[in-house]
Amino acid sequence: MKSFKKFIRSDKFFQTVISVILCVFAVTQLYPLIYVVSASLSAPSAVSSGKLVLFPVDFTLEGYEYILQHKDIWIGYGNTILYTVLGTIVNLIVTLTCAYALSREEVEGKKILMIFFMITMYISGGLIPEYLNVKSLGLLNTRTYMIIGGALSVYNMIVARTFFVNSIPNEIIEAAKIDGCSDFGTFLKIVLPLSKACVAVQILYYGVARWNAYFNAMIYLDDRDKYPLQMFLREILIQSKISMDAAMAMTAEEAKLMAEMAERADLMKYCVIVVSTLPMMIIYPKLQKFFEKGVMIGGVKG
Amino acid sequence: MTNVQGRAKRPASVVWKSILKHWQLYVLLLPAIIYTIIFAYKPMYGILMAFEDFSIKRGVWGSEWVGFDHFARLFKSYWFPIILKNTLVISLLNLILGFPFPIILALLLNEVKNTKFRSTIQTISYAPHFISTAVICGMILLFLSPSNGIINKFLNMLGQESVFFMQHAGMFKWIYVITGIWQTMGWSSIIYFAALSSVDKALLEAADIDGATRMQKIRFINLPAILPTIVTMLILQCGRILSVGYEKVFLLQTDTNLVGSEIISTYVYKVGLEQSDFSFSTAINLLNTVVNCVVLIIANKLSKKITKTGLF
Repeated sequence: MKSFKKFIRSDKFFQTVISVILCVFAVTQLYPLIYVVSASLSAPSAVSSGKLVLFPVDFTLEGYEYILQHKDIWIGYGNTILYTVLGTIVNLIVTLTCAYALSREEVEGKKILMIFFMITMYISGGLIPEYLNVKSLGLLNTRTYMIIGGALSVYNMIVARTFFVNSIPNEIIEAAKIDGCSDFGTFLKIVLPLSKACVAVQILYYGVARWNAYFNAMIYLDDRDKYPLQMFLREILIQSKISMDAAMAMTAEEAKLMAEMAERADLMKYCVIVVSTLPMMIIYPKLQKFFEKGVMIGGVKG
Repeated sequence: MTNVQGRAKRPASVVWKSILKHWQLYVLLLPAIIYTIIFAYKPMYGILMAFEDFSIKRGVWGSEWVGFDHFARLFKSYWFPIILKNTLVISLLNLILGFPFPIILALLLNEVKNTKFRSTIQTISYAPHFISTAVICGMILLFLSPSNGIINKFLNMLGQESVFFMQHAGMFKWIYVITGIWQTMGWSSIIYFAALSSVDKALLEAADIDGATRMQKIRFINLPAILPTIVTMLILQCGRILSVGYEKVFLLQTDTNLVGSEIISTYVYKVGLEQSDFSFSTAINLLNTVVNCVVLIIANKLSKKITKTGLF
């Protein structure tokens, strides 16, 4: 009995328990994702009859073949890449310049400027005034607004500023000044090359948000050829509800046809999810070091 | 301009000289300032719409003033108690159930000695964070589908009838909160894990010598060490008490679960952009902002009193 108590208190037992808990947790995180991938590669009837447990059943690429022909997906992909790349560049320019200037001792009225920016984190005009504002600027239904809208996230700016304050030694900036370097030159040639981690974090934060956004597009865009991918995903995944109530009032044959169509629609949904989410799933593990660091920087002085 | 850096007050001419000398730094500030004025401050004067009978033709300054009429209408409306209750219930449930998980996860991860195993678990835990709202909602609808969804297939296997999850108003909050925990738990744990890495190693060694168990070390050393981070995150969350993530709610709403899923922000959208009742919509939004700010300030004050840490 005593040895059992000792075992319970031992380091090895503790480590094992924790590992088991964490593994169970990892399974709950991963299983839905694996299920989606497997379902996208399985025969629709196998999925709907509940045969699919983990690996694909009755392997087929039918869904992907159909998706490849679906023009909307590719229009959406093109637009999303355009908005994400150009939008993130705009984000970086606006955010990093502001963060650097606010990190410098010499700037007068820094505290007032910080308050000026931070107020917008908590108070906004709201949906309607913002909509009318965009309208009055003639930016409704334009790609321009999809790119410059949301140019500054104050939270991200504070993260970058904290990095500049804590990680760029003042001596380097002083030395550059003595060598006759202008403030522009110091920022571009000395500070930015030293801030690769910070820039990577900003690209990740802004890039992910841009890639996944749908709400602005829903409010500010009318033309389908300007829609980003997420808008088409919303149409395919959310709005194509096939009513089962309707199926009940039909003859057996019609109902069977209807059910088959529903299964097919589900297969396409699984494929669309994989096609749209894969790029993110490939990229983020490579950037893990950077964003973990970024959260830490932001957390120090939030 | 006032001197805010704690240096002795200098004459204006010295300040101007410094500004002129570093004019390039102010140019660097310009893009952000211009953007903030045009897209954040300029729409703020539109808040005035909440107190008038706004018409697009006459503009904000030309429209007729009606005082607090829209607010009175809001308090008397059929939907007001429903959207207020839903917003509060979803938000509080999210806070109470969702808040502890990332902390527990970080504490567990911190105890793992095998770095490779730990970082693998961390990588996996971040995955859901990178999935878009539209896709998450699509997955929820697929998994909960009454005919083909895996959850109902499982229930059928146990001999249960299929449940129409998305048609059920009472289930909406649980679906929202549980999937939210699934999606954000790993990502939110980063900040606590980072805070844990700053725990003084000497303290832990001293505890070892005194014969403290692992649980005691977690309780008396690790947990107090990350308490300031916990408090900060908690205050920030409280400041968003009326701001439920509307993007997700909006996509999961169905006509039949509306009684359980209509929240303030989705109502603002419907009244404002679908029914074009601009003034009414702005009034609801203003109320929302005011309550958020008040809660944030109260939470901050309370936290300063109790734990001596606060945001401002």
